[in-house]
Amino acid sequence: MVKTHINQFSLAIKFALRELRGGIKGFRIFIACLALGVGTIAGMGTLTKSIEAGLKRDGKKLLGGDISLRLLHRPADKEQIKYFKTATKFSEIIEMRVMAQNTSKSEKRALAELKAVDNAYPLIGEMLLEKNIKLKKALAMKDGLWGAVADDSLLNKLHLKIGNILKIGDSQFRLTGVIKKEPDRIANVLSLGPRLMVPTAGLAATNLIQPGSQIRYRYRILLPKSITKKSWSTLLEERFPEAGWRIRKSEEAAPGLQRFIDQMILFLSFVGLTTLLIGGTGVSNAVSSYLESKVKIIATYKCLGAKSSLIFQVYFVQVITLAVLGTIIGLAIGSLLPVITINALNDLWPVRPEFGFYPKPLVIAGLFGSLIAITFTLWPLSKAQEIPAANLYRDITQPAIIRLRGKFMFAIIFGALCLSGLTIITSNEKWFSFYFILGVALTLILLKCSATLVLLLAKKINRIRNMEFRLALSSLVRPGTNTSSIIISLGLGLTVLITIALIEGNLSRQIKERLPAMAPSFFFIDIQPNQTVAFDRVIKSIPKTGEFKRMATLRGRIVKINQMPVENVNIDAGVRWAIRGDRTLTYATKPAKGSKIVAGEWWPENYNGPPLISLDEKIAKGFGVSLGDTLTLNILGRNIEAKISSLREIDWRSLRFDFAIIFSPGTLESAPQSHIAALQSPKKIEMMVEQTIGDHFNNITIIKVREALQAAATILDGIGTAIRSTAAITIFVGSLVLAGAIAAGRRRRIYESVVFKVLGATRYTILKSFLIEYGLLGFITSIISVLIGTIAAWSIVVLLMDMTWSFLPITVLYTICLCLIITLLFGFTGTWHALGQKAAPLLRNK
Amino acid sequence: MSYLTKNSNSVSKNRTKTAIHLDDVTLTLNSAAGEVKILRGLSFDINKGESVGIVGPSGGGKSTMMMVVAGLEQATSGTIKTAGIDLSSLDEDELACFRRENIGIVFQDFHLIPTMTAQENVAVPLEFSGIKNANDLAKKQLKAVGLDHRLTHYPSQLSGGEQQRVALARAFAIQPKILLADEPTGNLDGKTGKVVMDLLFKLQTTTATTLMLISHDPMLANRCDRIITLEDGRVIKAK
Repeated sequence: MVKTHINQFSLAIKFALRELRGGIKGFRIFIACLALGVGTIAGMGTLTKSIEAGLKRDGKKLLGGDISLRLLHRPADKEQIKYFKTATKFSEIIEMRVMAQNTSKSEKRALAELKAVDNAYPLIGEMLLEKNIKLKKALAMKDGLWGAVADDSLLNKLHLKIGNILKIGDSQFRLTGVIKKEPDRIANVLSLGPRLMVPTAGLAATNLIQPGSQIRYRYRILLPKSITKKSWSTLLEERFPEAGWRIRKSEEAAPGLQRFIDQMILFLSFVGLTTLLIGGTGVSNAVSSYLESKVKIIATYKCLGAKSSLIFQVYFVQVITLAVLGTIIGLAIGSLLPVITINALNDLWPVRPEFGFYPKPLVIAGLFGSLIAITFTLWPLSKAQEIPAANLYRDITQPAIIRLRGKFMFAIIFGALCLSGLTIITSNEKWFSFYFILGVALTLILLKCSATLVLLLAKKINRIRNMEFRLALSSLVRPGTNTSSIIISLGLGLTVLITIALIEGNLSRQIKERLPAMAPSFFFIDIQPNQTVAFDRVIKSIPKTGEFKRMATLRGRIVKINQMPVENVNIDAGVRWAIRGDRTLTYATKPAKGSKIVAGEWWPENYNGPPLISLDEKIAKGFGVSLGDTLTLNILGRNIEAKISSLREIDWRSLRFDFAIIFSPGTLESAPQSHIAALQSPKKIEMMVEQTIGDHFNNITIIKVREALQAAATILDGIGTAIRSTAAITIFVGSLVLAGAIAAGRRRRIYESVVFKVLGATRYTILKSFLIEYGLLGFITSIISVLIGTIAAWSIVVLLMDMTWSFLPITVLYTICLCLIITLLFGFTGTWHALGQKAAPLLRNK
Repeated sequence: MSYLTKNSNSVSKNRTKTAIHLDDVTLTLNSAAGEVKILRGLSFDINKGESVGIVGPSGGGKSTMMMVVAGLEQATSGTIKTAGIDLSSLDEDELACFRRENIGIVFQDFHLIPTMTAQENVAVPLEFSGIKNANDLAKKQLKAVGLDHRLTHYPSQLSGGEQQRVALARAFAIQPKILLADEPTGNLDGKTGKVVMDLLFKLQTTTATTLMLISHDPMLANRCDRIITLEDGRVIKAK
């Protein structure tokens, strides 16, 4: 029995190889679809691995040392500094936001991200300045002024030139260089201004270092090889348990970037999977049309005594051989993708990807490719083995009706389950993967149902006078039509593109166009307590300004929830940001105007009891806390436990001046603090406001909301373009599938066109009928995709992102046009050849 | 052979002198336009080693009858025994096994496999039967039809007459009990057609194979021992 099977299989291999002698012409689309799908998954995986490896390699450089400590508002004390000196080397960096002013030309001001560095900076890596100037030389004092270096964009904003004097706070610096590359700088979307670097020695004279100012002190430590990072940081924590610093080791150099990479991996792997799925439909169509061309041969085999199982094996071996070829090409493309992107990313990305051979993503991509190839070809292969020998006597006008056997249906379902399982196992976000699979399955079902409905409707419509239109409609529903598979494959790609375009469009609109009417025009930070009265007076002296609000702020880190360390609390991913770093806090006697208390009560105005807090209700929900529970906050090194007395609903999108955590009076008043203020003003007096505040208070940082939002919108635009471009690969593969489907129908189209010509149709009439057919197909597919894509985007925007929804007709119109262009272009190309065929040779053969 | 064990009664029939037995065979096909009656109660016998020409107008049911005899099409009713075996109880795979051991078919369109050489084409049914020296036998068979110099040629490199001779060699390769030939000269010019038919009859006589020859050409049919005329799915004349 086993021997018989082996004999049959070796015979199948022999026959398969003989058939493959004819070349792989019929399998070009098959190989292209599989190679692109596998290539996308392998490429995304390899790129991710190479970025991660780059991050690991550059971790020390990005962090600026083996360990980085960060303190807010206050520097390390003498004892702590003495302890740092036990390490090989250490460097102190002071960071804050400042207003930089050009003293020589029109006194222009601009917000800048100031970084004051000591002589030891950078401990690792190299600071590159244009014209190869050395940093120490650039920052050195010359003619009584300290040097400063800045990003090129600051020079543009302030119309500065090398050698010009710029004012920061109460002090002046000479601009000596332009920053080319800062070794420890990570792309930060929250960066509000260009980098400005000065020596620490020159910072004191600016008078910007005031109690409560928003200053970050960073200490970078370089350890000798004999001391491990872990042991040193453990000893540090034991020695200074109340220090309140955030300790970061080089392997966690850029957690923000790591989070971004994680999200990018998730997105890219789903783009890859969708591409492979669309490719899968192309693979299925290609095998179907290949086997369609083999009907006579299969029937001949059967006439000569071949069993169905042998037929299946002959074509299965061919499909697997070519699937292996497609997968290998895909893996080659995928493994080379980082090489191509490294150059493109070099200037944009803070970390240079580490090119290398990463087997894991290749194995995963190979597995996906194999599973897709097998699952998607089982259907046509199982149908092929059922082709009756009598088909030798039937022609293309009488295709035999073949039904799928139960065992193959089971195998296809098993293959789909394996694909789903592999998707979930290989993803870091299991639930997200599960929902993705569910979404794809639902989309496929919807597309299939829609395609069936379209075919049913088209069959019903039979009273059309226009001949070309009638011919086109009947072509869509003829026996053996590809309408259904085109709607599914192209529709899946379009649905993905529309979903992404609508989500991105809504996000962008939210920022660019929906600037709330009540949003302030300015935020002022670092107002010192002794400046508040003067500041309020200056603001009031500016005519036509709108609502003004000023509050004291401090920063504190949530360290415990109900006395349990936050690390041990199960916190919802949506509010995890609240425990990641320091939060801005305030205190108030009365709730702010417009505050919406949804649970509990605000404390009495003259409250003088133990600390209470009013908390954002979303954070409360994510933390799993309610009224009466406690949060412990570390404020300037001191732990303060406060009871939650009320919950507020905060709409952050309104950009209203609000705080997630507000303390009751009597707890924070004596702590070092600064004030922040928000002001509404008409656009036309914005310049005057900036000028007036800048003139009176050179230590106060002015943030223009409009500019900050514009900067965010520009970043979002860039990300959006990148995302859309990546998603466009799904359309590309969808187009390949379409091209394959059109190529598969070539024989029939030539036959039809010849018959039409014999019956007196002109080439124009035939062309018009074919183009109407493809136009209809493209239009129907895009309408279905728009419907499904809009539902998907709406669900994500409204239900998942909790944002307001706008339907974007222009985006949708673009997509419909894109679909129409693709289908018409491919349809025209495919039809043109058919039109050129002479009738006589074909009719002679018939 | 599975189909033989399944039809143990048919083994004994195998010893009878009848090669093909049709009794009241009907075939009705369903099409979009409704039922089409192709065969309407065909009954006749063909003896072993006999050659029978099937003639009649187009659409008379000649090719369909041949398909039914070869087990390529299932009759709606009636009894068909080919090589002594009742085909009605065999499934698709058993029919395939039955064909590779009993039937050789020659088509009007040759139906050679384009990706295989002449020798490989002839070897196909032998390989299906699990015969080890299939290639040697195929070579011998091609020599018998005068094509031993065309062994490695592909169908596209052969003339129409040569292709049909390869098809003949393929059909005779398994030494079939019955040879079914459907318009074997239909795609050939008169001279080539005659060469092919001479060869066919020569092979049929030397191997004592039963021949059922479908043809429009009365001259060709006349070369057979008997002629059966079909029209509208019925036997209208048998001589």
